[in-house]
Amino acid sequence: MSKHTLSVLVENKPGVLARVAGLFSRRGFNIDSLAVGETEHPGISRMTIVVNVEDSPLEQVTKQLNKLVNVLKIVELDPASSVQRELLLVKVRADLSTRSHVLETVQLFRAKVVDVAPDTVTIEATGTPDKLAALLRVLEPFGIKEMVQSGLVAVGRGPRSITSPILRSAS
Amino acid sequence: MTTNLNRQSKPTTNPYGHNTGPTVTDVPMTGAQALIRSLEAVGVEVIFGIPGGAILPAYDPLFDSTALRHILVRHEQGAGHAAEGYAQATGKVGVCMATSGPGATNLVTPIADAYMDSVPIVAITGQVATAAIGTDAFQEADIHGITMPITKHNFLVSSGEELPRIIAEAFHLASTGRPGPVLVDIPKDVLTSQTTFSWPPTLDLPGYRPTLNPHGKQIREAARLMLSSRRPVLYVGGGVLKARATAQLRRLAELTGIPVVTTLMARGAFPDSHPQHLGMPGMHGTVAAVYALQKADLLVALGTRFDDRVTGKLSSFAPDATVVHADIDPAEIGKNRQADVPIVGDARQVITELINAVEAELAAGKTTDLTGWWQQLNDIRRRYPLGWEEPADGTLAPQYVIKRLGEIVGTDAIYVAGVGQHQMWASQFITYDKPYTWINSGGLGTMGFAVPAAMGAKVGRPDTTVWAIDGDGCFQMTNQELATCALEGIPIKVAVINNGNLGMVRQWQTLFYDERYSQTDLGTHKHRIPDFVKLAEALGCVGMRCENASEVDRTIEAAQAIDDRPVVVDFVVGKDAMVWPMVPAGTSNDEIMFARGVRPIFDEDDV
Repeated sequence: MSKHTLSVLVENKPGVLARVAGLFSRRGFNIDSLAVGETEHPGISRMTIVVNVEDSPLEQVTKQLNKLVNVLKIVELDPASSVQRELLLVKVRADLSTRSHVLETVQLFRAKVVDVAPDTVTIEATGTPDKLAALLRVLEPFGIKEMVQSGLVAVGRGPRSITSPILRSAS
Repeated sequence: MTTNLNRQSKPTTNPYGHNTGPTVTDVPMTGAQALIRSLEAVGVEVIFGIPGGAILPAYDPLFDSTALRHILVRHEQGAGHAAEGYAQATGKVGVCMATSGPGATNLVTPIADAYMDSVPIVAITGQVATAAIGTDAFQEADIHGITMPITKHNFLVSSGEELPRIIAEAFHLASTGRPGPVLVDIPKDVLTSQTTFSWPPTLDLPGYRPTLNPHGKQIREAARLMLSSRRPVLYVGGGVLKARATAQLRRLAELTGIPVVTTLMARGAFPDSHPQHLGMPGMHGTVAAVYALQKADLLVALGTRFDDRVTGKLSSFAPDATVVHADIDPAEIGKNRQADVPIVGDARQVITELINAVEAELAAGKTTDLTGWWQQLNDIRRRYPLGWEEPADGTLAPQYVIKRLGEIVGTDAIYVAGVGQHQMWASQFITYDKPYTWINSGGLGTMGFAVPAAMGAKVGRPDTTVWAIDGDGCFQMTNQELATCALEGIPIKVAVINNGNLGMVRQWQTLFYDERYSQTDLGTHKHRIPDFVKLAEALGCVGMRCENASEVDRTIEAAQAIDDRPVVVDFVVGKDAMVWPMVPAGTSNDEIMFARGVRPIFDEDDV
């Protein structure tokens, strides 16, 4: 099994997320992460889906996704030629005795503190899944009270856009 | 932003004969009127349905429509299967209509059936008013959500202005590319509100671009393989019928001399009486068809999907074959079996181009000699023909009834089967020499399909004799549509192959469950409950009964002579007859049993 990052351009219409998510579950594919948002064109949303599959089922899931009428385009983004990021918000125990250590860690990972309370700090960090995992490993001994992570978002490196050909051919 | 995402500008006349309707602009009317006008404009002739609260506004303008015939069915499942039967008999889109909640959920089975067999139908459902959606209102069911996995696409309409476009899109989606069911769910307030109607609408389907034209390089490679292989087989599926490519298929087969097998969904795509036809492959296929696939060095798969009922155990299916796989749905290619030459395209275009490419090769001096292959196949065909043993207990053989039915009624009639033993026998023992004369539930295997689907077929082809071949189990699931047939003047004929049991399940209990007949005796023999003759009469049909071989011909002829009412014939047949040959589920096709305890002997040295 290996991880694949799919960028899926879809029409921004009600029910599209349900169609995509339902397709994955009924065809027996697990979604590692999923992030959705608008693109530069308000009529088009972009889903970034990370799946853990072999190559041949990946081809099948891509073809099945393509059959959804609201799906416009699917591109697999190779980690080497794309920028891939997740967002992490983590509330860490930090009293007087540990706070300086926690803040040092924040600096080392180029994260930032977004909220402070007498016994905790809340840290915001972005990065690759590997980097965020490393940050969590370092923070773990201080005591993680709560954390939330976004799905991965990714964009290809270089000047090319995956949305512009769609808009060009459509207009 | 004003970027236009539309690729198609206008609905075009599609291959299913729907027209574009007269051009009108901004005519004020209700949503319900706009719905009916849109259905008229796309060329709908018949709707099978039942009214109810949420869809009621649509039935009011329908009352005035002269172009639309509405057939009031007795159960929404019947409406759905009738739409399927209509679609498969005519090639047009079948239409069914139901109200919200239970009306809509009763359509789920036929929609799933149409999805599995790629049948173009449009289902129109009423929905509770927009403001009530999500409140667990009376007769509310999320049919849009429920049918997402079993429709090609579905719509929840949010305003009357959208209706013409959505109806046009629904018919376009259902009938083009790989056909399939489309559901349009319309809240009651959308139907009752005032809107304006314009036609033709502009389709807005930027993500829908079926590939029709095959890749030339792949076609040439396929043609080269067809002429250079020693043991090729044309493995033909329902896509060839959907694409209306049967004439082209025959030309290709005769040009190359390659043997043909037709799957359950493709019966009639190639004449059964043609010498190159080996019959149906699969779990209950002919020994010759199964053998041909297993021994082939080339499979040319046309509009077929390597279903488990055809391949048996996938890892041992056609182990030596190079695979050319042509299908309009790219997701089918490589789904079950890796394709060496994948071809995405419409079957008629694919076959037409294959003919051209093969002709070019032949003109360039390429020759092919399949004499040895045909010797093997003819030998197998001669040694293992389809047949049956007369029941030792003197009961009527169901296979005999079905064979005589086909012989007496002939190859112009349409035969519609339910699901089970009678379906397999109807596929095996009736000669299908013409396309669109065989309608059945293949993928989903929906018991109860036959009567309503036959009703739909007869509505679509009123001048054609339509026989439903049904089992006593199936018949008890949907026979209420005979009341519809009797009242609406739809004189179908039904042969109930009554073995008193859920026959196919019983066959598996005989073979795999030590003859422990758990819950398969329906009592239709023992107690004669229901009495099918009386039931038929109660439903406004002529009822007949036939219990021995000497009466079979006379009974069929008597049924044939009646054309003013539906006819039901209760053929009381033996309960122990089994469907042979058989590849037991999950085993290799090489394990095919010719009859109980009889394995065919293949001379391995020949191959």
